[in-house]
Amino acid sequence: MERNLMKGNEALAEAAIRAGCKCFFGYPITPQTEISAYMAKRMPKVGGVFLQAESEIAAINMVYGCASSGVRCMTSSSSPGISLKSEGVSYMAGSDLPCVIVNVMRGGPGLGGIQPSQSDYWQATRALGHGDFQILVFAPSTVQEMADLMGRAFDEADKYRMPAMILADGLLGQMMEPVTFKVDEIQHHDASEKPWATNGHGNKRRHNIVNSLYLQAEELERLNFERFERYETVKKELHEAELYKTEDADIVVAAYGSVARLAKAAVDRAREAGIKAGLVRPVTLWPFPVQEVREACRNAKRVLCVEMSMGQMIDDVKLALDCRIPVEFYGRTGGVVPKPTAIFEQIKLLSEKEAE
Amino acid sequence: MPEFKKPNALTDVPFHYCPGCTHGIVHRLVAEVIDEMGIEGETIGVCPVGCSVMAYDYFSCDMIEAAHGRAPAVATGVKRGNPDKFVFTYQGDGDLAAIGTAETVHAATRGENITVIFINNTTYGMTGGQMAPTTLPGQVTQTTPYGRNPDVEGFPVRVCEMVSTLSGVALAERVTVTDPANIRKAKAAIRKGFEFQKNKQGFSLIEVLSTCPTNWGLSPVEAIKWLKDNMVPYYPLGVFKEGAIR
Amino acid sequence: MAKMNVDFEACKGCALCTTACPKKIVEISHEKLNAKGYYTAVCIDDDACIACAMCALMCPDCAITIIPDGGEK
Repeated sequence: MERNLMKGNEALAEAAIRAGCKCFFGYPITPQTEISAYMAKRMPKVGGVFLQAESEIAAINMVYGCASSGVRCMTSSSSPGISLKSEGVSYMAGSDLPCVIVNVMRGGPGLGGIQPSQSDYWQATRALGHGDFQILVFAPSTVQEMADLMGRAFDEADKYRMPAMILADGLLGQMMEPVTFKVDEIQHHDASEKPWATNGHGNKRRHNIVNSLYLQAEELERLNFERFERYETVKKELHEAELYKTEDADIVVAAYGSVARLAKAAVDRAREAGIKAGLVRPVTLWPFPVQEVREACRNAKRVLCVEMSMGQMIDDVKLALDCRIPVEFYGRTGGVVPKPTAIFEQIKLLSEKEAE
Repeated sequence: MPEFKKPNALTDVPFHYCPGCTHGIVHRLVAEVIDEMGIEGETIGVCPVGCSVMAYDYFSCDMIEAAHGRAPAVATGVKRGNPDKFVFTYQGDGDLAAIGTAETVHAATRGENITVIFINNTTYGMTGGQMAPTTLPGQVTQTTPYGRNPDVEGFPVRVCEMVSTLSGVALAERVTVTDPANIRKAKAAIRKGFEFQKNKQGFSLIEVLSTCPTNWGLSPVEAIKWLKDNMVPYYPLGVFKEGAIR
Repeated sequence: MAKMNVDFEACKGCALCTTACPKKIVEISHEKLNAKGYYTAVCIDDDACIACAMCALMCPDCAITIIPDGGEK
């Protein structure tokens, strides 16, 4: 297996192509433009489609159409663009369509800034559009994981017939690291694997309909019930977190994505200072790795949630722990990246509080 | 002379449209063209939001229901992933010329190999007869109770004229379905659109001047007359652009 | 003898077919309402029908079938 030095955004794009993504529909926005640029260069060489849409709204609706026809396809954007795509994501969830959406988060709200952020956690895990629905959310923390989770997102989206999101941030997108791709060849996925696809019935079956309109309330309720039963299965089968030095940890830091890397450095420093610190890093944000977080905090006296936001994942951490352990928060926002030393100071503070 | 009956490309589901609504005629014409070209198994239709929102139940080919205004983008996604299949959208004036203007114009200018059937009846029928982008000056609707005043609400959009300026367009033609002669012309235009698509020769848009008797407050027969007297002078029938782009 | 066959339940009585008939032999019958509550179209003179299908062409509900030989083969 060849090791390549690549930017996170490029590794993600290459991994998507190898996972059999045939069509990419995008619209320029910082800081994810490398994904589009990479796709524009590579897709025509491998018989795929790259199309720059007239807007984020058009791009997600092209994904909707393409996914309806059973073709593996994706789009990528950054925070304000994801807000525009949210209507389309709701339609895809309501029509049970698989696809992958990448959000390389930047600071908000509004036009916000272009520096890294994690302030779209709520949007991704709670309300990416109107209506009762969930999407799969994966949070990579390294360039290698950008590649690995991309392929997995496509597989899981197809398996559960629901949209999947890679929730990254500007830091991960722009950084360069060595990456090894799991597959050398481009995988092929045929639409015949999807009997529900609207790709022409060929006079061999009744017509397929992709739709999210149900005017009978009872029918819509029944479909929502069915979908949420499926979500329960997903929750059982798909939850993942990395546990780092948590076995004997008094203080457990909870962080995801690029912040988890900084938190890991802070945990190491705390250990050097004689503080029993550990880290739990959710890899799946929806479903949230409840069991893993509980396991990581088994012996913890205090939990510190660190995010590049005003505190969003902290809600899920508290819920996972049933509020039995105090959960403190440290965050920077608007595009400011927390420093490992600052996280270490927070760990130290909690440790001292605990000693009192 | 052969029997005249419902085309195979329509299902047995009865249309929900109001009496005399010309949606039903246009549905049948599209289905007849699909039958005659023998392409039902290779065709994917995209429905809009509006009165024809449930057209997915009426056509026997594979169907997709799009968000309001997004049908040309959805059709683009299907077509790019399946370049050898036939893809058409069926959209009303609010869907195509208000909320979906950007999707329409850009699918057209890209020369997307899709066929757009555009129903212009100067009104938002499904929501109860509000002003549409194609409502005529002076026309009374629920949201222009004193008549559309261009000083306040602006002027109607002439879609065929607008898209005919774009290089990606192979066909922009305005037809109507007020009488058998015009119905035949409308069908010929739809056929042309699908032929351009078959030969991958560019974007085709067929605008069909249609009636909305219910929201116009007229009988179906009076509505046909109103269309001829008021809409045709403002929206002249004919070919605005025709010719392969590639 | 040609036959204009109107699907009684599909017809919505819009009367567009009556305007299209060159022989002026299609009318809305006021005898019986269908399940939807409409009076429906009828051909009042099968012998005069020339099976031109103008009425069917005009029908928005695909409610009219034209059988050129009246079904007597």
